Amino acid sequence: MTAFPEDAGVTDEAERAVRSARFVNIGERTNVTGSARFRRLILTGDFPAAVEVARQQVEAGAAILDVNMDEGMLNGEQAMTRYLNLIAAEPDIARVPFMVDSSRWPVIEAGLRCVQGKPIVNSISLKDGEETFLARARTVRRFGAAAVVMAFDEQGQADSAERKVAICTRAYHLLVDRIGFPPEDIIFDPNVFAVATGIEEHSGYALAFFEATRAIKATLPHVKVSGGVSNVSFAFRGNDAVREAMHAVFLYHAIAAGMDMAIVNAGALPVYDEIPEDLRVRVEDVILNRREDATDRLLEAAERYRRDAGAPEVPSLAWRAEPAADRIAYGLVHGIDEFIVDDVEEVRLISAGPVNVIEGPLMAGMSVVGDLFGAGKMFLPQVVKSARVMKKAVAHLTPYIEALKVAGDRSSNGKIVMATVKGDVHDIGKNIVGIVLQCNNYEVIDLGVMVPAQRILDTAIEVGADVIGLSGLITPSLEEMAYVASEMQRQGFTLPLLIGGATTSRAHTAVKIAPNYLGPLVYVPDASRAVSVVSRLLAGDSLADETRIEYDHIREEHLSRTETTDRYPIEEARARSAPVHWEGYAPPHPQQAGITEFRDYPLADLVDRIDWTPFFQAWEISGSFPQLLDDPVVGEAAHQLYEDAQAMLRRIVDERWLHAHAVVGLWPANRRGDDIEVYTDESRTHVAATVHTLRQQTSRERGRPENIALADYIAPADSGVPDYLGGFAVTAGDGIDARVAAFEADHDDYSAILLKALADRLAEALAERIHERVRTDIWGYATDEALDNAAVIAERYRGIRPAPGYPACPDHTEKRTLFDMLDAEVRTGITLTDSFAMQPAASVSGYYFSHPDARYFGVGRIGRDQVEDYARRKGTSIGEMERWLAPNLGYDPRRR
Amino acid sequence: MTRSERQQALEAAAGERILVLDGAWGSLIQGYRLTEADFRGEHFRDWPVDLRGNNDLLNLTRPDIVRDIHDRYLAAGADITSTNTFSSTRIAQGDYRLEEHAEELNREGARIGREACDAATALDGRPRWVAGSIGPTNRTASMSPDVNDPGARNITFDELRAAYREAVTGLIDGGADILLIETITDTLNAKAAIFAADEVMEQRGETIPLIISGTIVDRSGRTLSGQTLDAFWVSVRHARPLAIGLNCSLGPEAMREYVADLSRAADAAVAVYPNAGLPNEFGGYDETPEEMAGTIGTWAREGLVNIVGSCCGSTPEHTRAIAEAVRGLSPRTLPAHRAVLTLAGLEPVEIGG
Repeated sequence: MTAFPEDAGVTDEAERAVRSARFVNIGERTNVTGSARFRRLILTGDFPAAVEVARQQVEAGAAILDVNMDEGMLNGEQAMTRYLNLIAAEPDIARVPFMVDSSRWPVIEAGLRCVQGKPIVNSISLKDGEETFLARARTVRRFGAAAVVMAFDEQGQADSAERKVAICTRAYHLLVDRIGFPPEDIIFDPNVFAVATGIEEHSGYALAFFEATRAIKATLPHVKVSGGVSNVSFAFRGNDAVREAMHAVFLYHAIAAGMDMAIVNAGALPVYDEIPEDLRVRVEDVILNRREDATDRLLEAAERYRRDAGAPEVPSLAWRAEPAADRIAYGLVHGIDEFIVDDVEEVRLISAGPVNVIEGPLMAGMSVVGDLFGAGKMFLPQVVKSARVMKKAVAHLTPYIEALKVAGDRSSNGKIVMATVKGDVHDIGKNIVGIVLQCNNYEVIDLGVMVPAQRILDTAIEVGADVIGLSGLITPSLEEMAYVASEMQRQGFTLPLLIGGATTSRAHTAVKIAPNYLGPLVYVPDASRAVSVVSRLLAGDSLADETRIEYDHIREEHLSRTETTDRYPIEEARARSAPVHWEGYAPPHPQQAGITEFRDYPLADLVDRIDWTPFFQAWEISGSFPQLLDDPVVGEAAHQLYEDAQAMLRRIVDERWLHAHAVVGLWPANRRGDDIEVYTDESRTHVAATVHTLRQQTSRERGRPENIALADYIAPADSGVPDYLGGFAVTAGDGIDARVAAFEADHDDYSAILLKALADRLAEALAERIHERVRTDIWGYATDEALDNAAVIAERYRGIRPAPGYPACPDHTEKRTLFDMLDAEVRTGITLTDSFAMQPAASVSGYYFSHPDARYFGVGRIGRDQVEDYARRKGTSIGEMERWLAPNLGYDPRRR
Repeated sequence: MTRSERQQALEAAAGERILVLDGAWGSLIQGYRLTEADFRGEHFRDWPVDLRGNNDLLNLTRPDIVRDIHDRYLAAGADITSTNTFSSTRIAQGDYRLEEHAEELNREGARIGREACDAATALDGRPRWVAGSIGPTNRTASMSPDVNDPGARNITFDELRAAYREAVTGLIDGGADILLIETITDTLNAKAAIFAADEVMEQRGETIPLIISGTIVDRSGRTLSGQTLDAFWVSVRHARPLAIGLNCSLGPEAMREYVADLSRAADAAVAVYPNAGLPNEFGGYDETPEEMAGTIGTWAREGLVNIVGSCCGSTPEHTRAIAEAVRGLSPRTLPAHRAVLTLAGLEPVEIGG
């Protein structure tokens, strides 16, 4: 809470006071009347950036944060409430007490209603008489706040020392004797006024303040004195060097007189001793009113000290002149790998050994990265780039370490075994978590994708893991994770288990996994959370217990909810099917029925069709594209990532890194119950395959009246209406494995993840593009469709393309039928894993429905009656179906 | 005795001995195996939503059971019994659409407690006190319910203040001697309760002592809303409570250091009533009456506490053991107040000194 950094050269008592905890500086940058920048941010509604201003103030040493929203264009109550609520959510900021500052009383009350701590009200005074003064003081007291009391009465603001003392004394007795206000909660502000204004009477203002301060502190027990220091230099607006010197000198003398706190910009305050002698003397003459011509002399000197506007830009390679260890830190923080090998080599030559280079400058640099990331000042793509620099540095050192036969056991914070579970191939999120953990000096043993339970557990024992982390994206992986957990329990594991991945959730972890494993178990929603979770688990603090209790609650709530939710019997739900009218409707006949195949689809045709928002989400940068590029917080990181992505996209296209393939099938089909029969030909006599669909069963209190299944969008067999069903499978991942392996061999995880994320986007763009061609050309029911990319992303077209395993048709096993109908493995090279994940991961498959009423929906939870019926239709066992549909079961299959 | 006589007696007793507060209510109520019909009673027979689990409603529908629990705790040696009104605010009762019965629940809850205390006093002449329980509600004024918008709130200070005003009015009308603002997770909610209590007291021209009791969520020793305990004390000291305390939270063993923190900081009595241990893997509590009494007895001998009791998972047996463990021991001496400006955010700051 010091106003100034600790420093040598303490001269006397006042200087010591300035530098000690006894003097408190109040941050003024979150005051719209004190900071033009803050005013602009609040007026334009840029609250996130305004919150950062508060954070910087606290980091710069503000012990108290002054918040003021007195601006004519603002609704002060609203702005005060919004801002205080926002900073209350930031522990780094809310750590310090707030000063609720307004000249309008309702704004102060609005502020007090948002503060859980003990704040200061700034201010109350006798300006409107005793009654108002005491009423407000009582309210301040009821809210548990302290108050700044201005030396202001019915006659006006006090300028002389005598009036300042008289008003403060009167206020003190009213507060303490009349209403029992604690004297220690009173802070007097005896008014700082401008000096050196050219007006004779003003020249004694600073002295009057010092004198009044001395008297108040001597005669009114327990009170504090505060002041708005910047007022004193008002005459020198535009000349910051002189203003800051005046502030430093004023503070020096005010503190000596007994001032306890002040509103100052701590970052812009020179040390009293370091003010040039000539300037300091002239300023002191003005402040202490020591000579007749003091103002003239300061004015005359002021020009000489005026600071040049706009300091020269730092040349971008200036950091190369720093010592090697600093260059390493800089390279790590800024993700620059260009010089890292040279810098590391330079340090290695002067170090005791190669391991010292890692444990010294490299780990120091990474810990800066970890701290910045933890504090929300670096973002994932930047951290992954830092990790790339680190890996290259370590790779350079490894041969030296091996040559020395030093055991490779660097001291790490802990070992984590991570894997994407059996049946699943998605690993972008897992890889990012791994990198973030490595940045924080955890040793990560990444077993890759499709890893069977036993291999995960055996590895954990073999390497002496401290934590196991499981990841997966498709819904069957949820069941596999529950299985891994139950195996851990059966085999006597007690290691912490982390659960992550796109379809996992806190609720799933609590309901489906927690009952299987009694060891510590935590769901980790994103990479930023991983480090704190792991460090808390390994520190053995209360996280595991808290989480266990939390999950117990979630489970209990979940059970009571699933039991009470009303669900229609399946027959009744069918009676409430989507009201699609077939009379007078002729489903469009495909222009090109049967199979249409695209080999090596031109990637250049897809680049403009990429939906970028999910790409940024994969890197944990939320917001919509392209607005997020201009976001004040993440914009810079997002921009850099976007540039890297564009550069890589060009290479993907130009150098043909990836190959894209697609297959489309359009077949005669009709609905029978909740199934769709696909026929061998237009005679519709031989069923080639049956697509099974699931129906919503939940009854909703309000909202949609119907219970839909995808089958509803296909004309019933007995209607005599000839209808069609489409299917497709596309991939943009052919060739990706070799590229990813090459990047990983080059210790470049950043590029490996970037490529995977781009391939995913290209596959989605291809699916979108092929769907468009189906609508306008292959099926040809919307030949005149003209939509731009945004309209396509917003799905403003006729027909849908739901994918097996997703909400409208959650049964992944149906993908087998679809793939057989399309002969997709042969035609596109996509294969299905045990859990029906598609490999390569950058693949998309699904059905096409052409009916204009067709829309996306979620099947939601279904009852046992439907599962029984569905298993019968599919010719499989109920138990088998319950396993695949586990996330959609509206009942507990273990309770028969 | 009149309320003011009881309050004088309370002040005197607090200076002489360690007072015993009762224990858990929820688990005892479960023991009566009540059905939906019990909770509904006659009056709420056709109420449109499920009422089972709304323990406070028993004040109206099964007052016999509420009385029985008071009696059991008082017989076990409790000096102060807390009313069955933890969730009797308009806000918490919203889950059951019983908002309009909030004041009545408080009044009846306090009335049953009053009768139980008076009956116990009539038997042995020892004074007993009714502490009107005021819970945190199920919403928080300084935390966001929306992860995407940290500035969002689902309750305002003034809504809390109005709800608490109703609760306080009911409790005082029903005969409470003390207002027990307890299980505080968010200090801003507690400040609204203090504000409301102060308004009601001013309006009625009488003073009811407060016990203000926070809850810490883990071994960081902070409240759910992020404050350290000394910051919490600084933020509520303006209420000038009879006692400041800690309840629920961790088991007694893990709470010692925080009890000691409060004991050092506060120029008010210190009240502590922990859970019977940490929840085990089945959500139950394992600490026996003897174990708990052992720990609490140690605190008492170390001069850390003035009022003791127990919270979740405890029974009249715990109360009996605790009462025995502190019998004859001197209460903690209150430190003198230091008149130094002290503010608080999540952490306290002392200015000058």
